[in-house]
Amino acid sequence: MQAITARLLAAAAISFLPLNAAAQDQVVNVFNWSDYIGEGVLDDFTAETGIKVVYDVYDTMEMMEAKLLAGSSGYDVIVPTDRNLQRLIKAEVLQKLDESKLPNLKHQWEEIRQELGAYDPDTQYSTNYMWGTTGIGYNVGKIEERMPGAPVDSWDLIFDPEIIAKFADCGVHLLDAPDDMIPAALHYLGLNPNSKDSDEIRQAGELLKSIRPHVQKFHSSEYINGLANGDICLAVGYSGDVLQARDRAAEAENNVTVEYSIPKEGAMIWLDSFAVPADAPHADNAHAFINFMLRPDIAARNSNYVYYANGSKASQPMLDEEVLTDPAIYPDDDIVAKLYTTSISPPRAQRTITRVWTEVKTGQ
Amino acid sequence: MGERKTLGPRIATWIPYAWLIIFFLAPFLIVFKISLSEPTLAVPPYAPVFESLADIWVKIGALSFANYTWLAEDALYIKAYGSSLWIAFVSTILAFLIGYPIAYGMARAPRGLRPILLMMVILPFWTSFLIRVYAWIGILKPEGLLNQFLFFVGVIDQPLTIINTNIAVYIGIVYSYLPFMVLPLYASLERMDETLLEAAADLGSTPLKTFWQVTFPLSLPGVFAGALLVFIPAVGEFVIPDLLGGSETLMIGRTLWNEFFFNRDWPVASAVAIVLLALLVVPIVIFQNAQARMRETR
Repeated sequence: MQAITARLLAAAAISFLPLNAAAQDQVVNVFNWSDYIGEGVLDDFTAETGIKVVYDVYDTMEMMEAKLLAGSSGYDVIVPTDRNLQRLIKAEVLQKLDESKLPNLKHQWEEIRQELGAYDPDTQYSTNYMWGTTGIGYNVGKIEERMPGAPVDSWDLIFDPEIIAKFADCGVHLLDAPDDMIPAALHYLGLNPNSKDSDEIRQAGELLKSIRPHVQKFHSSEYINGLANGDICLAVGYSGDVLQARDRAAEAENNVTVEYSIPKEGAMIWLDSFAVPADAPHADNAHAFINFMLRPDIAARNSNYVYYANGSKASQPMLDEEVLTDPAIYPDDDIVAKLYTTSISPPRAQRTITRVWTEVKTGQ
Repeated sequence: MGERKTLGPRIATWIPYAWLIIFFLAPFLIVFKISLSEPTLAVPPYAPVFESLADIWVKIGALSFANYTWLAEDALYIKAYGSSLWIAFVSTILAFLIGYPIAYGMARAPRGLRPILLMMVILPFWTSFLIRVYAWIGILKPEGLLNQFLFFVGVIDQPLTIINTNIAVYIGIVYSYLPFMVLPLYASLERMDETLLEAAADLGSTPLKTFWQVTFPLSLPGVFAGALLVFIPAVGEFVIPDLLGGSETLMIGRTLWNEFFFNRDWPVASAVAIVLLALLVVPIVIFQNAQARMRETR
């Protein structure tokens, strides 16, 4: 009886600790967004370095952050997004990158590195993988039908109650993400998009409430399918997601044409960057992995596959023409100059934001 | 008296207790402990109130229930609890109204047919819950199957807006939990002694009267069990309101998700969970009492 119990316990311990059991082998445990890497890239890394990649994915940043904050995640490389990165640095979850092990850092894009500096001063903890914008995705046919010459290149399309009202019947989705939507509203009002001032946040809330009757749903991913299937015609969303909807609609040949626009007033830039947890069991392998991913030809392969702009300037000559010249992926310099970053909010401002956001969503 | 129990039965009685202690009481106490702490930006993201068991007695007077008063003061949580209970209650009633005739029909079906009917009730479980909920988006959306059908039949000339409303949430919950209502009802109806019905008929009772005075009272344990199996998971439901509900659909499961993942406020999220558990104890106690009373009257 006791022997059986002991054996069961041992079996349970092994099944709960797959990462530790494999520690003797050369492995790197990577935790990345789903569908976010070029085909065959991981195999090539293993072939070159002999390090096996244990690849795990998440589809919401919150899920990843909760796992990391719970402690002892066992991951070696993670890819947090800007504000999440900033929070993880504050929570002392990450270790500083060892630049001597990352020679390919020299290929990184200086402008993007500076944008990342808003969340990770001097980019000591992270280096950019992919970046994009939060803008407007729309169904070309349905918008044109309801308002010929609609200002698709402007936030007026969303924040002018008279304009957005025209599209209420064909379905408008906004991101269920106050950290994206409130800065956009603040920016439209001519205020600092990174404002932590309660009154200004409330003003942004009032603007959002004024367009609330025309919004069908607040959701952070449903718009991908919604736009692609033609169920909705207008959404505020992340560039990569809208481009995914655009491609799906094109593949489905369902007479739906989806486009993405970065409003001329400017938009928020988001940055997904590599980082290494402080308790990473294979920190050296993590650096080897990151260095491999920063190699210009690999960065180009990833971008050509996922259709996002990457943080490697040197990769650009190797990009597919359609990726590099697509202003939705690589916007013009004057648009890049107008992109803004935000930062995490102190608890009191966060509470105001949450409260205002709940009021906006529930229409109360 | 004084008789020594053998080891076997003693282990057998302890297994359920051990199970409850390990998988219910211990997690409950951990969540309760977190609900008394303060959120911080660290690993883990809350500041522990007490470090050890001995510490509890020292600090018991100073325990902070701030997270609970926060819940009571903010109308959002009260509204979310209220609407969750209401949505679960209405869904349970609907599931009962639909489930009872199904279970009754199954129990009265020819004996050979019953396993097939039972199979048909269980069959949906072979497909992922998530996929079945997604399928309802395809059915209920403005250009979805339902609207297309109603157009075709000529009942409507404007598409019905069902998706992203509470109606869609009711449809989703009733659909998803209907088997949990049907199965216990079927079990209690099928087990019923049919000679009782014959006796009632012999004594001159009409079929309707027999149903209300004999069949239905005898099926009450199944009704209560089915109602609980639908009501309890429906109160904390997260997936269905998220996918089918609109932005104004306020349910506690979603609020909890927001507190935990979005605000990263583990202490408040824990307090929300503890209060939810406390709320759910009420119907369970009512159920237990009702069952006990039924046993007495029998």
